[in-house]
Amino acid sequence: MSVADNQAAAGRGSAQAVAVLSAIGRFLAIAVTTYLGLLAVTFFIGRVIPIDPVLAVLGDRAPTAVVERTRREMGLDLPLIEQFYIYVKSALSGDFGTSVLTTNPVMADIRRVFPATLELATLGTIIGAVIGVPLGVLAAVKRGSFIDQIVRIIGLIGYSVPIFWLGLLGLVLFYAKLQWVAFPARLDVVYEYTFTPITGFYLLDAAMQGQWDVFYDAFRHIILPAALLGYFSLAYISRMTRSFMLNELTQEYIVAARAKGLSETRIIWGHALRNAAVPMVTVIALSYAGLLEGSVLTETVFSWPGIGLYITNSLQNADMNAVLGGTIVIGSVFIAINLFSDLLYRVLDPRTKAR
Amino acid sequence: MMMEKFALRSRSLLAGAAMTALLVGIAPAFAVTPADTLVEGFAIDDIISMDPGEAFELSTAEVTGNTYDLLVRLDLSDTSKVKGDLAESWTVSDDGLTYTFKLKPGMKFASGNPITAADVAYSFERAIKLDKSPAFIINQFGISGDNVTEKAKAVDDTTFQFVVDKAYAPSFVLNCLSATVASVVDAKLVKEHVAAVTPSADYKWDNDFGNAWLKTGYAGSGAYKLREWRANEAVVLERNDNYNGEKAKLARVIYRNMKESSAQRLALEAGDIDVARNLEPNDLDAIAKNADLTTTSAPKGTVYYISLNQKNANLAKPEVRQAFKYLIDYDALSTTILKGIGEIHQSFLPKGDLGAINDNPFKLDVAKAKELLAKAGLPDGFKVTMDVRSGQPTTGMAESIQQTLGQAGIQLEIIPGDGKQTLTKYRARNHDIYIGNWGQDYFDPNSNAQTFASNPDNSDNAKIKTLAWRNAWDIPDLTKETEAALLEKDSGKRADMYKDLQQKILDTSPFVIIHQQLEVAGVRKSLKDFALGPSFDTNFVWSVSK
Repeated sequence: MSVADNQAAAGRGSAQAVAVLSAIGRFLAIAVTTYLGLLAVTFFIGRVIPIDPVLAVLGDRAPTAVVERTRREMGLDLPLIEQFYIYVKSALSGDFGTSVLTTNPVMADIRRVFPATLELATLGTIIGAVIGVPLGVLAAVKRGSFIDQIVRIIGLIGYSVPIFWLGLLGLVLFYAKLQWVAFPARLDVVYEYTFTPITGFYLLDAAMQGQWDVFYDAFRHIILPAALLGYFSLAYISRMTRSFMLNELTQEYIVAARAKGLSETRIIWGHALRNAAVPMVTVIALSYAGLLEGSVLTETVFSWPGIGLYITNSLQNADMNAVLGGTIVIGSVFIAINLFSDLLYRVLDPRTKAR
Repeated sequence: MMMEKFALRSRSLLAGAAMTALLVGIAPAFAVTPADTLVEGFAIDDIISMDPGEAFELSTAEVTGNTYDLLVRLDLSDTSKVKGDLAESWTVSDDGLTYTFKLKPGMKFASGNPITAADVAYSFERAIKLDKSPAFIINQFGISGDNVTEKAKAVDDTTFQFVVDKAYAPSFVLNCLSATVASVVDAKLVKEHVAAVTPSADYKWDNDFGNAWLKTGYAGSGAYKLREWRANEAVVLERNDNYNGEKAKLARVIYRNMKESSAQRLALEAGDIDVARNLEPNDLDAIAKNADLTTTSAPKGTVYYISLNQKNANLAKPEVRQAFKYLIDYDALSTTILKGIGEIHQSFLPKGDLGAINDNPFKLDVAKAKELLAKAGLPDGFKVTMDVRSGQPTTGMAESIQQTLGQAGIQLEIIPGDGKQTLTKYRARNHDIYIGNWGQDYFDPNSNAQTFASNPDNSDNAKIKTLAWRNAWDIPDLTKETEAALLEKDSGKRADMYKDLQQKILDTSPFVIIHQQLEVAGVRKSLKDFALGPSFDTNFVWSVSK
């Protein structure tokens, strides 16, 4: 390699670094604006709903004097704009206030419940991607065949059937009748007091501590809700894979590869899927983010103490601090996943490197 | 090469998924709760604090009832009376102002600290000074933060003295002292955990009386001790070996938060829980038919009613108020929507209270109602709205009522809303008709009499806002009568006064009281001696065995 080549490579490298940095900068600017918007919208929605926040703290039976005192303590007698200012100020320093329901700081609550959701959604996405991608590929390759129809029907059911209904059905079949999986919770009662979680991801914690019986139990508890979420992301992922693959399979390089005499397996799984993989990353990331925020019903049916259940509970009890904190955390995760998939794009797609 | 790896990897992942499916498939089928542990599926998401001086929620009442002791406790064989708990005996002075309690000797808290009258005095002091939601139950005896150390004090180690400001009916005072807010805490233990507070206009004291710690902590002497409360997940109780009475039969009680009725039913059928606590009528039916399971129920001190805002000119007419009482199909409701979860009860005192009237004079009678409406000058009926919280049984009840009101020409528009939303509107007196429930705050007839039959000030910014106030029902005479009943020393006469009040509410009030709530539970037959009590703080679990 000549000196000139090296310089050119270095030049390309720094230009690429600048491009990445400016992309990150742009992203951060968008993220900050989104946060502020999110804060403002959730805060004002929280204040215009016709629910008295004091009611959430005290319940219906508190005497009037206590109600008035609490109203002052919560700062609800101040003008709305001043309340918002105070809220943003403390939110920026990481303080989302205290949850009415649990009496803990909202961030502490979220740190406790979020791993449960993350564990479930991660497993669900893995199941969805691992099964969904091959199914989509298969459907694209055997387009119009019996297999294609089956994949389409599976996808359609996943799209259109309400998740809580499917969840209950799953419970009736796999838990109540067959006893293959464990009952709705994260662990059996007996393990609750012999096992101390470290990270909050029970599977990981149990494996790290070498408690394989706990691992097995946690697995029996998580597999049904995870499979259910997996099924839903599978429905989406397989459909998208199919259409991306169909697009790739009509490209000229496929014809060229066939002309070269490459095996069909290599053409499909290597060439075509590798090219379809780039948009697939976005699809999978979006479905992952969707599972993180949208597993409310699954968490309710399976008594899964995650962030979905936490936010719904808070919402039903007009616990606005918790709702706002939860919304912002989920918003952050959404933005972070988007950023991450954008970066992955650059790794997977050589053209973005050349530019 | 790289592509081959990719293909290979996806293949091995597929194989992994297949293995996973296999592993689940061969899982053995066993589901039995541990022999020394009672496991209940229970919606415990209403719990906000375990501090007995602060907690006022229904599920917390059950936990407090099982983990803390009181001076006196409701007598379950006759709930119009109390019996001694920590107190061995008590006397009331001739002027009716001073109550002197003698404690049983040699008792200990779960921590091992001795139970003394000083602990009782400290428990009252902190409840009053914290001034949280349930403090008014003791406040109403003229006790405030400034005088509580004088009015509730230890005379010696085993003698506690309680001084009230008027010669109240002793039954009233004692009933109030059986409320969870009067639970006795381990003063020595709590004082190790107090946090400093900067006094302000709203809170004059320099410490929090251990409130922050007791929110999740425990300092009691009950048959069970609280081991842990994880919000929205579980409450765990453990047997208290220092308990002064008969020890609990099971070593542990676990309440697991389960919101869904159908999920509770499945877990009960599979044997993963011993008791299911939030069952809807269809799941209850299925459980009743299962050979391994049974159901149990107990009437609770909560009544369901509809109320007519007297700010609405039509609803303010006495004949209209009366007509509504004939336009509810009580029989149909009790055999359908309320089946198993409520029993028809039309007076404001729940069954089990001193002086409660249990005959239900009203039946659906459209002709009679039409006659009353004609007399009120509304022979063709009128249009009116009702705020209804989404969910059962309120929605089903509202639909039934809409239909029967229609038969008399009254067009009811149902405004559905979230519970807190309809309540906010009701509390601001902006409704026409409200459908709701009211649970008594403590086990004494005054609790419900005060809210249904008294309204000291009907102005918009009144200090005391009773249910009568929320419906703008101005009743100076009934208010006086309710106050008088508080001062009647003779329990029999006091009961008669409440009977009279209930009769007047039946005849004239804007409240159409429909039924009293039944609390139900599905129970595995292998469980022995599980019973629900007459109130939430008497749902005792210490006698349960397997």
